[in-house]
Amino acid sequence: MNKSAPAANRWLVGSASIVVGVIIFGFLAPWIAPYSIGGLEANNLLQPPSAGHWMGTDGLGRDLLTRVLYGARVSMTVGIGTALIALVLGTSYGLVAGFKGGNWDDFMMRVVDIFYGLPDMLIFILLSLVFGRNIGGLLIALGLVTWVRFARIARGQVLQAKEFLFVESATALGASRSRILLRHILPNIIGPIIVTLTFSIPSAILAESTLSFIGIGINDPYSSWGTSWGTLAQDGYRAMRSYPHVIAFPAAAIFVTILAFNTLGNGLRDALDPKQR
Amino acid sequence: MVQILLKRTVHGLIVLWIVATFTFLLLRVAPGGPFDSERKLPPEVLANLEAKYHLDEPVLQQYARYLGGIARGDFGPSYKYLDRGVTQIIRETLPTSAMLGGFALIFTILTGFPIGLLAAYYRRSIIDRWCLFIATLGISLPNFILGALLIWLVTLELGWLQVGRWDDWQSVILPTITLAAAPAAYLSALLRSTLIETFSEDFIRTARAKGLQEPVVVVKHALAHSLLPVLTVMGPLAAALLTGSFVVEYVFAIPGMGRFFITAVTDRDYPLIMGVTLVYTAILVGANFIVDVFYGYVDPRVRAH
Repeated sequence: MNKSAPAANRWLVGSASIVVGVIIFGFLAPWIAPYSIGGLEANNLLQPPSAGHWMGTDGLGRDLLTRVLYGARVSMTVGIGTALIALVLGTSYGLVAGFKGGNWDDFMMRVVDIFYGLPDMLIFILLSLVFGRNIGGLLIALGLVTWVRFARIARGQVLQAKEFLFVESATALGASRSRILLRHILPNIIGPIIVTLTFSIPSAILAESTLSFIGIGINDPYSSWGTSWGTLAQDGYRAMRSYPHVIAFPAAAIFVTILAFNTLGNGLRDALDPKQR
Repeated sequence: MVQILLKRTVHGLIVLWIVATFTFLLLRVAPGGPFDSERKLPPEVLANLEAKYHLDEPVLQQYARYLGGIARGDFGPSYKYLDRGVTQIIRETLPTSAMLGGFALIFTILTGFPIGLLAAYYRRSIIDRWCLFIATLGISLPNFILGALLIWLVTLELGWLQVGRWDDWQSVILPTITLAAAPAAYLSALLRSTLIETFSEDFIRTARAKGLQEPVVVVKHALAHSLLPVLTVMGPLAAALLTGSFVVEYVFAIPGMGRFFITAVTDRDYPLIMGVTLVYTAILVGANFIVDVFYGYVDPRVRAH
């Protein structure tokens, strides 16, 4: 280890705590939020931060802290949900392609290449037209965009792992294909997949909030379940000249969350990949 | 070389065809028609509209009509803009987006390269840490937030640059920075890690050992060697600039193709969505084509074939 390790660890611990914090805040929002999600105060519109409303209120007199907390639930659901869908789809696809090899592999990876070459946002917008502008539809659309990353990583790792001696000896001992795949290859490729998982959460959060900001994401500004941070930021953007606090807090939430996940991903990558040290 | 170019062209055309088909099918199965509105249209009006846009024909015939149109450069009529066809809208808005994208590409290269080079050369120093910090910020800061922040800081607080216009060189500055920030950060991070590997290679030590000037070592040996991996990401970079452009155009109210794309999505103006998607794909295919040509030019191993 080098001298900078303690500093790197501080960053890692810091970002990991933020990640855990956002997840907890998001899923406990109904219990820890200071106000009810539907609560309006008609005589308290666009108030700056105060003791009663730590983040101020929005254009309808709703407590901004409450809305940001509920927004965390939306972001975390979208981020983690997308990553899990993509993980299952992409990893199994990549495993099969890499393990089968030959023409199968060629064809399957050609499909991945076409997906990979197109801008995520473009495919994502087209898919969201089909699956609808709600959380469920968004999860499917995002998952269908993100899976190619896992497919590429998993396939590449399998091709490497196939060359390992212990795989060869397992084959020689007559182990079945599925046993080799699950018992010998999968455990050895888990590291890069975890790293990819960590990085795909912030990109899903980024995509969702961006789309909601430009008005083509989750289409439900009055949801009792939670409103996307992107939608909150868009509300604030319109009133930015006179009431910058309305955009500042949701924007900060998006930025800090994405930054924390990216830092965590970087740390995990360095920790799991000895070559990077 | 000619053979490679020919192969790439065919490959590009196939990608375009697949995307055209994919988009066509996708928008066919998308729920909700373009003529759904708050008020229900009378069935006769709806029938007339559908006849006008050939929506009453069998799907295969529509598909053939659509592909035939594309081959002639005609993307069909827009559902929303009755006075203009999709081709005309694209022709009017593409130059704006292309200009923005061009500026952003130049800005990306002009900032990404020096930052990556500095960070790699002074590895583990305070300069490196700052460069990494800036790059991480650039990657994590969504462009709509950066855009809003710049407008708030530069225009509203400092009163320096006007926004909401698109008529002089001043109005280009903030959108360009917003669009280029993330790609520049990405480019610098990539260049840094590639260069760090290169600097530890034997031929760099040899170059230094035979007494070459440090700038020569850095530029002629290290940088030239690191150019290849950087070139390969130029394709994805072009993609990032393209899709970034519709967010930036939205934030800064720039009348480019991206903004029309977003309104087309909200309006379910399917021909316009398909047209813009195809133009985006064509630009990407073109960018990858250029990268391939450069690649062959830069890499002696490819050139030899």
